[in-house]
Amino acid sequence: MMRVPPFKYVAPKTIAEAARALRDAGPEGMLLAGGTDLLPNMKRRQQTPKVVIGLSAVKDLRASLRGADGAVTLGAGLSLTDTARSPLVADAAYRALTTAASKVATPHIQAMGTLGGNLCLDTRCNYYDQNHEWRQAIDFCKKAPGPHGTAQREVTHGTCWVAPGSPRCWAVSSTDTAPALVALGAEVTLVSADGERRVPVLSLYKNDGMDYLAGKRRDEVLTAVHVPALVGWRSTYWKLRRRGSFDFPVLSVAAALRLGPGGVVEGARVTLGSVASCPLEVTTDALVGRPLTDEAIAAFADHAAKPARPLDNTDYHLSWRKRVVREYVVGALRELRGDPPGLLARSAARVLPVLA
Amino acid sequence: MSPQEHEGGSAAGQHADAHKVSHTRGGGPGGAFNVVGKARRRVDGRAKVTGQTRFADDLVLPRMLYMKLLRSPHPHARIVKIDASRALAHPSVKCVLTGKDVPIPYGILPVSQDEHALCLDKVRHVGDPVAAVVATTEDEAEAALALVDVEYELLDTIADPEDALSKPEPRIHDYGDDGNVHKRVAFEFGDVEAGLAASDRVFEDVLFFEGNTHLPIEQHATLAAVDENGRVVVYSSTQTPHYLHRALVKALGLPGARIRVIATPNGGGFGGKSDPFNHEVAAAKAALVTGRPVKVSLNREEVFYCHRGRHPVLMRFRTGVSHEGKLQAMSLETLLDGGAYGSYGVASTFYTGALQTVTYQVPRYAFRGCRTFTNKPACGPKRGHGTVQPRFGQEVQLDKIAVALGKDPADLRLMQLAQAGDLTANYLKLGTIGLRECIEKVVEGSGWRDKWQKLPYGKGVGLACSSYLCGAGLPIYWNDMPHSGVQLRLDRMGGVTCFCGATEIGQGSDDVLANMVAEVLGIDPADVQLVTGQTDVTPIDLGSYSSRVTMMAGNAAIQAAERARDLIAGPAAKKLGIPRDRVAFQDRRVFDVEDPSKGLTFEEAIVVAEAEHGTLGTVGSYKPPQSPAKFKGGGVGPSPTYSYSAAVVEVEVDPATGWIHVEKIWIAHDIGRALNPVLARGQVEGSVYMGLGEALYEESAFRRLPQKLSRANVHKFPSMLEYKSPTTLDMPEVVTYIVEDPDAQGPFGAKEVGQGPLLPIMPAVANAVFDAVGVRVDRCPITPEDVLRALDDKAKGGAGRVGPAAFPAIGWPEPLKVPPPWEGGDGTAVNQKPRRSRPAAAGK
Repeated sequence: MMRVPPFKYVAPKTIAEAARALRDAGPEGMLLAGGTDLLPNMKRRQQTPKVVIGLSAVKDLRASLRGADGAVTLGAGLSLTDTARSPLVADAAYRALTTAASKVATPHIQAMGTLGGNLCLDTRCNYYDQNHEWRQAIDFCKKAPGPHGTAQREVTHGTCWVAPGSPRCWAVSSTDTAPALVALGAEVTLVSADGERRVPVLSLYKNDGMDYLAGKRRDEVLTAVHVPALVGWRSTYWKLRRRGSFDFPVLSVAAALRLGPGGVVEGARVTLGSVASCPLEVTTDALVGRPLTDEAIAAFADHAAKPARPLDNTDYHLSWRKRVVREYVVGALRELRGDPPGLLARSAARVLPVLA
Repeated sequence: MSPQEHEGGSAAGQHADAHKVSHTRGGGPGGAFNVVGKARRRVDGRAKVTGQTRFADDLVLPRMLYMKLLRSPHPHARIVKIDASRALAHPSVKCVLTGKDVPIPYGILPVSQDEHALCLDKVRHVGDPVAAVVATTEDEAEAALALVDVEYELLDTIADPEDALSKPEPRIHDYGDDGNVHKRVAFEFGDVEAGLAASDRVFEDVLFFEGNTHLPIEQHATLAAVDENGRVVVYSSTQTPHYLHRALVKALGLPGARIRVIATPNGGGFGGKSDPFNHEVAAAKAALVTGRPVKVSLNREEVFYCHRGRHPVLMRFRTGVSHEGKLQAMSLETLLDGGAYGSYGVASTFYTGALQTVTYQVPRYAFRGCRTFTNKPACGPKRGHGTVQPRFGQEVQLDKIAVALGKDPADLRLMQLAQAGDLTANYLKLGTIGLRECIEKVVEGSGWRDKWQKLPYGKGVGLACSSYLCGAGLPIYWNDMPHSGVQLRLDRMGGVTCFCGATEIGQGSDDVLANMVAEVLGIDPADVQLVTGQTDVTPIDLGSYSSRVTMMAGNAAIQAAERARDLIAGPAAKKLGIPRDRVAFQDRRVFDVEDPSKGLTFEEAIVVAEAEHGTLGTVGSYKPPQSPAKFKGGGVGPSPTYSYSAAVVEVEVDPATGWIHVEKIWIAHDIGRALNPVLARGQVEGSVYMGLGEALYEESAFRRLPQKLSRANVHKFPSMLEYKSPTTLDMPEVVTYIVEDPDAQGPFGAKEVGQGPLLPIMPAVANAVFDAVGVRVDRCPITPEDVLRALDDKAKGGAGRVGPAAFPAIGWPEPLKVPPPWEGGDGTAVNQKPRRSRPAAAGK
C-alpha cells in the first residue's frame, strides 16, 4: 500500500460549516469521519480527493437523545464502540444494531469508525480493494480509477471483471449497520447547504456497486440516525465471515420480530446484507399472523434466500455463500424465537464482552 | 593452554573430555543443571516488548536515500525497452537501476542461479522488479516509478503445473529438465511394486495441499551503505546472512572481505527471509552507485511477491498394508507448483519425499517428485519445508486405513513406530524417538478412547503425528567446514561475550546461545553479551533454517564454553589449593565442590585465569555427523536427529453449512530436552496457530481473468485483510505436553521445536472432520464449502469425498534403486551412473 496522497484538509466546527465546505469543494471534496474506510482507499488510490473535510470537530454529530415518543436519535459521528455501548439502544429491541456495530472489523476500528461512516461505507470487491499496481495488472476495472486523470474513462469504459458482460459494477455492500438499521425501520437526516431532509435508511442505497449511495446527494452530510420506539420487539444480527474479527461481512442477516400471545408473529422485518450492492429487504408477509414454527421458518428462509446473488468477488465460494443465506435466516429467526444457540450462532452472532 | 594452542578448533576436546558435559549432565556440581530446563524470560524479551529492538526498517543513517522497485504488471513478458530518462530528470531522483546494472544471476542453491536483482530480459510474474528508483524521499521514489517507461512483449501465461506439463513453450527459464519442468527426481528403496502386490490391502489416495505464505509481521527491509573503509555494509531482515553475503559477492562482483552483512533481528521469518532477495542486491548496488546509504522497505504486497512460501503440492500415495494394518510398502508421487524461480525448490522437491519413513516402519519405499515453473512468485521454504504437504497426505491416509481395517488410529500407529537408532529404508539415521509417549499423552489428555467414533454426529476427534529435522545434514553449498561457529571472549570485569553468526528471527536463537554458555560457566544468561548475525564479526553460522540453530550453534557454544571452563578451572584450582577435578561452576562462583564456601567469584576466577594464560578467548564449532546415505540425492533428509509430535484435534461441524469449529487441541512434542520450557511452549503453540491457519483458512490463491480478454495471473489477495490468517478469537484452547527424551546429538539432549509441531495439525483437523460428519476432504485448507460439497456427495450416494480426482502423467525417469539396509543395501544405488564432477554454480 502506498502512503496517503497530498490533500487540503478542512476542519469545520458545525454541521452547517461542514455542508458549506462540502458544497464549495465540489466533486473534489470528500468527508472524513473515522477515516477507517477513506484513508485505506486513498492509500490504494481508489479515491484521491483534493479536499478532505474532517468531521471530528463537529460536536453536534455526536449528539444522541431519546425523544418523547421513545424514538432514539444517534449522532452519525458516534463511534461504533459508543454506538454499541449507548444506553439509548440497550434494549433487546435494538440488539441488531448494537451487535452489528460491535462486529465491524476490529475493536480498534470500532473505536475510530463512526455510525454514519459505516452507513456510507464504500462497496467492496476483490478486484477493486487492491493497490494501484495490482489493479494495473488487471488493467483496472469499472469502479477503480486508473492512473491520475483517467478516472472518467474508467468509469465509463472499464470492465467489471466479476461479470465482464454486465453493464454495471457488482461490488458488494459491506456495511454491517445498514442491514440492522433497515430491519429496525430507521431513518437518517441528510443536511446540505440548502437545507435538510429525513429519509428511510434503505432509500440511501441503490443496487449498483458504483452508484451505491444514490439516495444521498454528493453535497449532503449524513448527520443523524433515527430509530423508532420498538415496544415489544426483539432483534438480532448474524454476520458471516471467515474469522472472528477483522473481516467484512460476506453475508449478514438482520432480523426484528414482535411476537404476540401464543408466539404469533405480529411484526417482522428481515434484511440481508453483503449479497448485493445494497442491503436487501425481504418481504415478511408469510411470517406475520401465525406462530413461528419450524415449518414457517423453513418456508420463509427459502423465500428470503432467493434474491441473494453473491458473485465471485469476496471471500468464500459464491455458491456456498448463496446456500448459507437460508441457514442464516433460519438461525436468526430461531434465535429470536428463543432457541438455545447452536454452533452457527456461536460464530455468527458472537458478541464479545465490552471492556470498560 | 593459551588461546593460540587450540586455534583451529579440531584439536578440541582432548583434555576437555574429563569435564565434558553430556546430554544427561549439566554444568553445575554433580552434573546438576544451572540454567537448562528452567523457565526463564528470554534474553531478548525486554527489548522486544519495550520497543528497543531495532529492526531493519528502524535504522536511519545520515544522508540516507530511499529506493522503490518498479514491478512488472505482467505475469510473463519479454522486456523490449526500458527508458528511465523521465525519472532521471526528476529533481529528487539520484539513481535509477535496471537489469543491465546488475546483470549477474544469483540464487540460493548452486543449481538454481536463476534470479536477477532486476529483471534482465524477461519478467516472470506479476511483481517481478524491472527497475529501482532511488530518491531523497520514499514518496518521491514512489512517484518517480511512474516516470520509468517500460515496453513489454507479452508471452503466454503458464499458470499452474498442468499448464507447465502441457505447454513446454514458452519456457519460463531456459534451464531445468525440459520445457517448464524444473526438476524430476525418482528413487526406489526396495521393490515397491512387489511389496504392494504382496500386501493384503493397497490404499491409493490423491490429495492436494494448497500453497500458503509465511506472513511475518515485519515486512522485509534493507539498508545498504558504503562504510568509512569503503566496504559495502548491508543491514537486512534476513534469516541467512552468510548466504546473502555469498550472493552479494557474486552479484556485485566484489571480494567477500569488501562486503559486510548484518542480519537485523527478524520480526518473524518462518522461512520467508531465507533467500537472497532482489531488493537486497539492488539496495547494495544503489549504495555503491550513489555513495550514500540506501534503504528499501517493502510494503505488504511486495512481501507477497517475495513469497518463497509453501509449494502447492498434488500427491498420490499408494500404500500396502497387512490385514493388521502393518505398512508393507509405500509409493509417493508429488507434483509441485514452483512459481517463477528455483529458490530452494530442488531441495523442496526432495523434501516432499524425505521424511515418510521416520515415524513408522516402512519396509519398502518409492518416491518420485516433480517441480514445475509457473508465472507466479517463487515458492520455497516455509516452516516444515516440503514435508508438511506429504505429511498431511500420509496421516490422512493412515486414518483411512485405520477406519477401513476397524482399528483405532492411535493403535495403528503405536504398533509400528520407528525405533530409536533405526536406519530407515531411505538411509536416514534416527536418534531418540519420543513419539510413543507423545501419542500416549495426547490420547490420554484428550480422552481419545472415549471420543473417537463415539461422539454424537457433528462432533469428532482426529489424531496425527509427525517428525522433523533438527538441522539439515548438509549445507546449501558444498564444503567441509563447520556449519556453526562460536567465539567466546572473557574479560577481567566478569563479562562474557558470545559471537555467533546465528540469526535471531524470534525463535530464540540468542537465548539458546546465552543458555548454553551460562549453563557451562555457571553464570546467568543475562550476563552473556551476545553478538550475532554479523558476517564480519561473528563466526559463520549457516542461518536460521531447517531447525538447525539449537542443534548446531548450541553445540558450538557448548564446545567454546567448555574450553573456557577449562581455561579457568586450572588457575582457579591452583588459587583455591584444591585438585582441578573439584572445581565447580555455579551461581557466578567458581568453588570447591566439596566445600562450597571455599571459592572465587566468577570475576576473580577470570582474573587468575587471565593472569596465567593472557587474554582469554575460545572457539567452538559444529558439523553434523556424516549420513549413511551415499546415493545421489541422499543429501536431503539426513539430520543429526529428529523431533516427534502428536496431536489430537476436537472439532464441531455444522452439517447444514459445513462450518468447522475447532474446540480444543492437545499436542505433545518430543523436544529431547527443553532448554527453556517457556520458549519451547511458545514455539509449540505458535506452530499450532500457524497450522490452524493452514488447515482452515490460508491460501496463496491466484486469479486468472477470462483468458480471451486478459493474460493476467494475479495473487488473489496480497493483503493481511483478505489473506486469512487466524486471529486470537479463532484460536482454541491448546494443551501442550513437552516430552523429553534426551538425544546424544543434541546440546544437553535438546532437539528442535520450531517447525515439527506444526505438521500434525492439518491432518488431525481433516481426520477430526471425518470423525464428526463422515466425509473426507482430501485437500488443505479444509473449508466449509468443501465439507458441504462432500456431505452433498455422500447424500447422493457418493463416497463423501472432496479432493483431486487423479494424478497426471509426469514422464518419470528411471528411479535410482537403493536396496534398504535389511535387503543388503549399503546406501548406494545399484543403478547409479558414475557421478559427474560436481556442477559448478550453473548459470542460466
